[in-house]
Amino acid sequence: MSELATRESDRSQPAVSDEVAIEIINMNKWYGAFHVLRDINLTVNRGERIVICGPSGSGKSTLIRCINRLEEHQEGTIIVDGTELSSDLKNIDKIRREVGMVFQHFNLFPHLTIMQNCTLAPIWVRKTPKKEAEENAMRYLEKVKIPEQADKYPGQLSGGQQQRVAIARSLCMEPRIMLFDEPTSALDPEMIKEVLDTMIELAEEGKTMLVVTHEMGFARQVADRVIFMDQGQIVEQNEPEEFFNNPKSERTKLFLSQILGH
Amino acid sequence: MATADKSIAYVRTEMVGEKPPPPASTGIIGWMRQNLFSDILSTILTLVAIYLIYAILAGVLPWMFRGVWNAGSLNECREILAEEYGEGVGGACWAVIRERFWQLMYGFYPSNQYWRPNMAFILLIAAIAPVLFEKLPRWMIVFTIAVPFVGPWLLWGGTIWVPVVAFAGFVIGVLVNRLVANATSSLLGLIAGVLAAIVWWLLLAGPVVNALASVVPLGLEPVASRNFGGFMLAITLGVTGIALSFPLGIVLALGRQSNLVIVKSLCVGFIEFIRGVPLITLLFVASVLLNYFLPKGTQFDIILRVMIMITLFAAAYMAEVIRGGLAALPKGQYEAADALGLTYWQAQRLIIMPQALKIAIPGIVSTFIGLFKDTTLVSIIGLSDPIGWAKLIQANSEWNGIVWELYGFIAFVFFLFCFSMGRYSMYLERKLQTGH
Repeated sequence: MSELATRESDRSQPAVSDEVAIEIINMNKWYGAFHVLRDINLTVNRGERIVICGPSGSGKSTLIRCINRLEEHQEGTIIVDGTELSSDLKNIDKIRREVGMVFQHFNLFPHLTIMQNCTLAPIWVRKTPKKEAEENAMRYLEKVKIPEQADKYPGQLSGGQQQRVAIARSLCMEPRIMLFDEPTSALDPEMIKEVLDTMIELAEEGKTMLVVTHEMGFARQVADRVIFMDQGQIVEQNEPEEFFNNPKSERTKLFLSQILGH
Repeated sequence: MATADKSIAYVRTEMVGEKPPPPASTGIIGWMRQNLFSDILSTILTLVAIYLIYAILAGVLPWMFRGVWNAGSLNECREILAEEYGEGVGGACWAVIRERFWQLMYGFYPSNQYWRPNMAFILLIAAIAPVLFEKLPRWMIVFTIAVPFVGPWLLWGGTIWVPVVAFAGFVIGVLVNRLVANATSSLLGLIAGVLAAIVWWLLLAGPVVNALASVVPLGLEPVASRNFGGFMLAITLGVTGIALSFPLGIVLALGRQSNLVIVKSLCVGFIEFIRGVPLITLLFVASVLLNYFLPKGTQFDIILRVMIMITLFAAAYMAEVIRGGLAALPKGQYEAADALGLTYWQAQRLIIMPQALKIAIPGIVSTFIGLFKDTTLVSIIGLSDPIGWAKLIQANSEWNGIVWELYGFIAFVFFLFCFSMGRYSMYLERKLQTGH
């Protein structure tokens, strides 16, 4: 745990505002008869960076996918940016415009160039003029450090580069909230760092982020809060320092010993 | 690199540079060795194949090139052949193609009006070109929009106001759609637009056409459907079938995937029914049975009826081919489109369809080719497409007994069209390849 001490020292701490970005109240979800999310209560403030971890099948991906309605919850309330998620398509569209998502398998559009991937949604959803959208996209591609790849197709890029493009594509919509669904799980070890660096940079700018990941180093370095989930419920949440050094629940201790133990 | 001391430690001090491949594996020799003479069995098979190809060509080519181009009947043909090459030597009698060329091309279409199908064909090529090759100037799309109206008018003739008024229906539909969509929602706009266009076509178009025609009587001499024939008929049926079955197939494929139970069951039911019935039955329904069901005295053109049946038939297959393409798309593509806030139709148009159709290109083109060749079935219900004409010519006393030349020629023309479609699909697949 000596590594932790060095990480702690350079941890940046931008202010988290009191404004609520996401509020989830008594949310339940079933897949058929399987109760996948149970009594979820979670409030995320604007600018807060949250890491969600837990064993596979614990519902952590499903939870963040409920926030932009890729999954539908059956009970409870989800309020994103002041808009309540219901089956009203207008609300769903409104929320999706404000919430960006990065997927485990990137999900870039293989038939479009990197530039087209980045400008598609701004042009069609936000009705940004093409030129402006392209300038904007270039800015974000520079931010994720691959402006030179703009005219290539996703299939010509490495996994790490593709994931950075996926981040840039989300950012092009200027979302107020970013969701990351295991963004580094499908990457070769050599490429994980470049994606994490990009995410750390984002986090340091104070963007509201919910990150499902097993990268505990990342959690320590940037998270304001770590949430541990198991069997569809939130088992423990705490500041990263407390969470890692002093976990309260037995289940959390076991999980941490499993993933940090080697 | 185990050495005498059995140490497993090894460090490469120098990276190996690139070397050329051994000469025997490249070039023509290498290719032949690999592909024709790789072992004894393949050497034998190669030699046998070469002999077979030689035997076939040695039989067919002289027959083809010994052909007679000028003769009035099969007997005259045979006499000329016997005179020139001696008794018992075979030769093709291409004279039948020469003499009956116009019938094989246009059927009974009045010969002084041949410029009309010719013109329609040229316009058709101009209309298809910008769709097939995106490098062509975009203004050529004008042809693509105009031909569906101008083409039938050229072929069937009649007053010029029919295509104009038919086109006006689309303009009215779009205008109403814009107005209503701006005032209310896009769904209501769509419904209002479609309704307005239908009302126009069914109720208003007829009187408007008559009024305009009586004021400005411009038009072409009408040609009845029964005079259509030959390749003109085959191409007319094939092109309309292809152009209409493709969008219909997309709609059916999407409907089959829909969450709306009624839409889904309707699409599934339609597709399975059509696929479960032979095309020829549908054609018989079109030619015979439909008349019983329609009100007495309804004029419903036979070619139009056949077009509808061929289109429906091909659309059912098209829908399944496209569904295959849709099924091959990873779920992540839908999720990414959703997460970016694209609407259903935007996602379909920009993300899903371009990829699904690309995957389905070989199947789509196969369906097109199949449809084009299936148009020959209309000869069974009495339309004189090229095959129908071949039978008519054979029934003629002058050409009684001629087989190879006629069917060979027809096969050759069909092959040209179908082969081009096949090559185009390969070109398209290569062009859309984006390195993954």
